[in-house]
Amino acid sequence: MTAQNTRERLLDVKGLSVEIDGRGGRAVVVDGIDLHVTRGETLGVVGESGCGKSLTMLSLMRLLPNKIKVTKGSADFDGQDLQKMSARALRKVRGGDIGFVFQDPMTSLNPVMKVGDQICEPLLYHRGMSRQDARKRAVELLRLVGIPGPEERLNAYPHELSGGMRQRVMIAIGLACDPKLLIADEPTTALDVTIQAQIVDLVKQLRAKLGMSVVWITHDLALIAGLADRVVVLYAGTVVEDAPVDALFANPSHPYTRGLLASIPTLSDAPAARLSSIGGTPPEPGRRPPGCPFAPRCPVAMDICRKEVPKLEPISSEGSHRAACFAAHKALKAA
Amino acid sequence: MNVEPLLKVENLVKHFHVRLGAFGERTATVHALDDVSLDIQHGETLSLVGESGCGKSTTGFTILNLHRASGGRVIYKGQDLTLLDDKHMRPFRRDLQIVFQDPYSTLNPRMTVGEAIGEPMLFHKLAAKTELNDKIAALLQDVGLPSRFASRYPHELSGGQRQRVVIARALACQPKFIVCDEAISALDVSIQAQIINLLLDLQEKYGLTYLFIAHDLAVVRHISTRVGVMYLGRLAELAPRDALFEAPLHPYTKALLSAVPEADPVRERNRKRQILEGDVPSPLNPPTGCRFHTRCPIAADICAKVVPEWKAARPGHLVACHAVNSSSA
Ligand SMILES: Nc1ncnc2c1ncn2[C@@H]1O[C@H](COP(=O)(O)OP(=O)(O)OP(=O)(O)O)[C@@H](O)[C@H]1O
Ligand SMILES: Nc1ncnc2c1ncn2[C@@H]1O[C@H](COP(=O)(O)OP(=O)(O)OP(=O)(O)O)[C@@H](O)[C@H]1O
Ligand code: SF4
Ligand code: SF4
Ligand SMILES: [Mg+2]
Ligand SMILES: [Mg+2]
Repeated sequence: MTAQNTRERLLDVKGLSVEIDGRGGRAVVVDGIDLHVTRGETLGVVGESGCGKSLTMLSLMRLLPNKIKVTKGSADFDGQDLQKMSARALRKVRGGDIGFVFQDPMTSLNPVMKVGDQICEPLLYHRGMSRQDARKRAVELLRLVGIPGPEERLNAYPHELSGGMRQRVMIAIGLACDPKLLIADEPTTALDVTIQAQIVDLVKQLRAKLGMSVVWITHDLALIAGLADRVVVLYAGTVVEDAPVDALFANPSHPYTRGLLASIPTLSDAPAARLSSIGGTPPEPGRRPPGCPFAPRCPVAMDICRKEVPKLEPISSEGSHRAACFAAHKALKAA
Repeated sequence: MNVEPLLKVENLVKHFHVRLGAFGERTATVHALDDVSLDIQHGETLSLVGESGCGKSTTGFTILNLHRASGGRVIYKGQDLTLLDDKHMRPFRRDLQIVFQDPYSTLNPRMTVGEAIGEPMLFHKLAAKTELNDKIAALLQDVGLPSRFASRYPHELSGGQRQRVVIARALACQPKFIVCDEAISALDVSIQAQIINLLLDLQEKYGLTYLFIAHDLAVVRHISTRVGVMYLGRLAELAPRDALFEAPLHPYTKALLSAVPEADPVRERNRKRQILEGDVPSPLNPPTGCRFHTRCPIAADICAKVVPEWKAARPGHLVACHAVNSSSA
């Protein structure tokens, strides 16, 4: 699935850096990230709260809030640089060929507009549909995301829906125009397992039918296991591991990834008194240590880790599994 | 159980009236909550699970009198909370806290994190002005945030950081009872583990009681004393944790447990889920009899006609299903 050919890349992000101009001075939040998604591929993005996942995705769409700016790098989508595109051209892509599901439904849905009208909006604007057709399509979309009584729910305002229904309305908006790329930021945090399974099936179907590519940001590793082809692990604004999904779970190589996997409570576990968690807290933007950003919390840190920054390098012989960790690099050489 | 429960919920009902049609020309009733009864014991964690839209948040809101009940009672300290207006509710507010599903709706965008956490402490006179900053810093630390965050505004935080501020704010009141509505769902696993450990520690230290609403069944299994399963506005089953996970009785609970994903890509690709047939019915027009009968694999004729009684199948294990016999013991 992971075609390495660059021409196959639908989204290709190179060296992207994002900085915040805050009261404490400028701080780098996203630090030279490389990311790509091939056509038809689903990329899972995981990482600790605050590591820069949302800001990375917002920067692709040039939707960053005030005082936060992209300072370096490029982001090619379907052969065009999103960072250099005219505002007008970008508007055509946003919500059309790139569907977006935001993390916070309450702030991204318009509270005084019926959800049906909010789903119809991109259909009218990007696909030039008639009102009537757009309404039909909106009903279909609500049904696809599993909202019961969709005709009636078109007239609901966001506050009249449950948390999970609001999230599904967001997903419906993201999928409305059959996008080439869907970028979804924690789209299923409020969904129960049965509906989550339904959404995952829906995304897989669209991928098979339309060749849609997906970037799925989540902290839910079990969900990623069932959905993604490849997974990127972010830590403190950098990519620390990038691997095909099977390799990541079978052979997690960065100590942070291993810590994440160890923290997952599972149903087959006997209910234990305490859960394992990674000690310490991630460094804040602007306060990152020299060397490896994970060093202060890493159980296997060495001297070199506090001096030099490890690069994202292959750690498997065929090169598809990469990690930014001196210990992982050493293990490959020793093998 | 012969000890008085902390909260007694009796036949609680919540209906919403909504407008339908393109011009709002028709009205209809959303049966969000119907005839829900449960006791919440001192110091326990009672979890509520169930499909999105089944009424979990509404249960939490209505118990705390944030939604006016359409029927039934909620007894706390001998008082029926559903009868109280805002003013008379005030003395109870400090004891009874909620962590909302949408952190944005709880935090005032013009208040810094420190002000948001400090405000309830000053209001309830839980801290003197001089020690306020230390207490705020300690609470931030408890939820895994640096004390510097006190001077930030909500929009300057990531989703998970905001959620933790809301948790810190609820803890600031030193409450007795907290409704945690998907309180940790937006957090990554490592911080989730940290917050769960914190909630368990506080429970042990102060005897806190939680109503824990979540869809992550592994977390629910880990944290709960008892678990209630809801379906379309009604309770389907309520049992001690191990009984519910190891010997579920209600067909809906069984289907729900079979859908839990695992962090193993190979197993996930090959697994067969017991996907429930049929659409989720709308709470605008809930099915007659047992509300699950349209999707239940073992539904019988009676199920469409008669609402199954809420009864004990075994001591402490309550269920609403015609196919389950009540305990003669
Ligand atoms: N407007 C802002 N001003 C200052 N700092 C900000 C602002 N927005 C975000 N940040 C900081 O930037 C960092 C990255 O934020 P981002 O929202 O990208 O995190 P995230 O990885 O999406 O986390 P989560 O999983 O919690 O949503 C965080 O430490 C956050 O506090
Ligand atoms: N203010 C309101 N007006 C009208 N209907 C409402 C209102 N609040 C909730 N509802 C409806 O009540 C039902 C139950 O909603 P509730 O928010 O309790 O579900 P939930 O179990 O918490 O779901 P989720 O897991 O998605 O958060 C839903 O059908 C919802 O649309
Ligand atoms: S580079 Fe060193 S400190 Fe960083 S994760 Fe690897 S071993 Fe740990
Ligand atoms: S009462 Fe009937 S329909 Fe309802 S769960 Fe039991 S068997 Fe199924
Ligand atoms: Mg985020
Ligand atoms: Mg809810």
